[in-house]
Amino acid sequence: MNAAADMNAAPRRSLLGRFSDFLYRRPTFYLLLLLVPPLLWFGAVYIASLLSLLWQSFYTFDDFTMLVSHTLTLANYAQLFQPANFDIIVRTLTMALAVSLFSALIAFPVAYYMARYATGRTKAFFYIAVMLPMWTSYIVKAYAWTLLLAKEGVTSWFIHLLGLDAVLEFLLGIPGIGGNTLSTSNIGRFFVFTYIWLPFMILPIQAALERLPPSLLQASSDLGANPWRTFRHVIFPLAIPGIAAGSIFTFSLTLGDYIVPQLVGPPGLFLGNMVYVQQGAIGNMPMAAAFTLVPIVLIAVYLSIVKRLGAFDAL
Amino acid sequence: MHSEKASVWLKIAAWGGLVFLHFPIFIIALYAFNTEESAFSFPPPGLTTKWFAVAFSRADVLDSILLSLQIACIATVIAMILGTLAAAALYRRNFFGKESITLMLILPIALPGIITGLALLSAFKTLDVSPGVMTIVIGHATFCVVIVYNNVVARFRRTSHSLIEASMDLGADGWQTFRYIILPNLGTAMLAGGMLAFALSFDELIVTTFTAGHEKPLPIWLLNQLTRPRDVPVTNVVALMVMLVTMIPVLLAYLLTKGGEDVAGSGK
Repeated sequence: MNAAADMNAAPRRSLLGRFSDFLYRRPTFYLLLLLVPPLLWFGAVYIASLLSLLWQSFYTFDDFTMLVSHTLTLANYAQLFQPANFDIIVRTLTMALAVSLFSALIAFPVAYYMARYATGRTKAFFYIAVMLPMWTSYIVKAYAWTLLLAKEGVTSWFIHLLGLDAVLEFLLGIPGIGGNTLSTSNIGRFFVFTYIWLPFMILPIQAALERLPPSLLQASSDLGANPWRTFRHVIFPLAIPGIAAGSIFTFSLTLGDYIVPQLVGPPGLFLGNMVYVQQGAIGNMPMAAAFTLVPIVLIAVYLSIVKRLGAFDAL
Repeated sequence: MHSEKASVWLKIAAWGGLVFLHFPIFIIALYAFNTEESAFSFPPPGLTTKWFAVAFSRADVLDSILLSLQIACIATVIAMILGTLAAAALYRRNFFGKESITLMLILPIALPGIITGLALLSAFKTLDVSPGVMTIVIGHATFCVVIVYNNVVARFRRTSHSLIEASMDLGADGWQTFRYIILPNLGTAMLAGGMLAFALSFDELIVTTFTAGHEKPLPIWLLNQLTRPRDVPVTNVVALMVMLVTMIPVLLAYLLTKGGEDVAGSGK
């Protein structure tokens, strides 16, 4: 506290008051004071952890003694391209893309109705109805699906009720997506993923459509476009940033998940399972660390693609 | 042309989407009352409330609930402090590195949980920290900060700076302005952020599996039940409870943050 500051200020009552005046006059110091605790926490806990993980991906794991030595090597990264490991990457990537696409398809009508037709109470209802499942427990939602897909469970009961057994048999018979039962098939796993991440897709699309000015739609119809052409040439292009923003979540969340693949679907590891198995059962932390780089790289590539679609403005 | 009424198909697709989102949740609620002990057949042969009593008399269930509540409370408090500080620092001023700081706050929730979890685990191992309640809290607090930050920064942006200037012009010092103008205005946003952070921490599973060691917070307890199916009825009841415990704070957070344009002079 300097003398000049004391002279031109009215006499202050409390120490706190004087201190806050001092901060007001030195905004940079004030800013630093605010930033230090969060920066310390994130720097010491998070960034340091990420760097330590990256560093460990260069350590050597001895397959024979099952021990990690601190000799630096690129062997872990080379191993990622072995056919078995490459399969895991492709399997996870395919699922992430399929889930993103399908959830956009289901999410669009919900978001469209919310943004353009629902008003007042209906709109608030829709908003809460989408937000609640998004926040409810991930593990409980996954569990619910093991109940739904179980043999003689709800889904097969409904399919039987609707007389669609033949359709189910046909779907399960398709190689690649089928399996013995719904709960051990890729299509079952695909539904679970789509379900769990769907709200993350609805909300950004809804936000993008919400910003669409009604005058554009009137202009389109005034110029003679029928509803389909208006949708095709006006509404849909303007919704793309929202879809892209939503797909960031569905893509990245599917890519890193390792619980759903454990509970539903055929054997065959996902990226997340591989990371978990490597560090846990095998104790090969360097290989696990190298594997975590795969989703990071894939997400970075994905982000650079959707950035061009305007996803970042719609977040 | 653009008609004012939605077509029947759109309505069906929209409401159908909502049914899809809620049907599994309804099933969880239904099966918690199922009389059948070891299968998932549908429709349930009968309904009963006896499993609630059974679940609440299980020591392992109660321990897990208490542990999860404890972790969520500590993580929420840390996240509220750090998130509010970050929001206060970042909402108005532009400075070098601001974008990187925002990115750093978002990263723990944007990157798959498995990366955050493994990174923390590798750091704890390097430092010889044995996993336990504290390591779980550290992980949770890290990804909860951004939730509080988002809520508080949105409120800061919506608050007109002229309110603060008016307070200063009328002779209030910085502390008084903070105490009587800024804090009451931020209060509900901080609380809402805290509620969401609590809900997120209470049922977080993926990061927790890496940092928990031998501790068994509720989501891990549930996961263990699923991979080794036994006492299905108790699991069903706990699943319903976890869902309710996370839903209530989320609803409260929604009620706290909707509206808020009614503060006099806050229009921009």
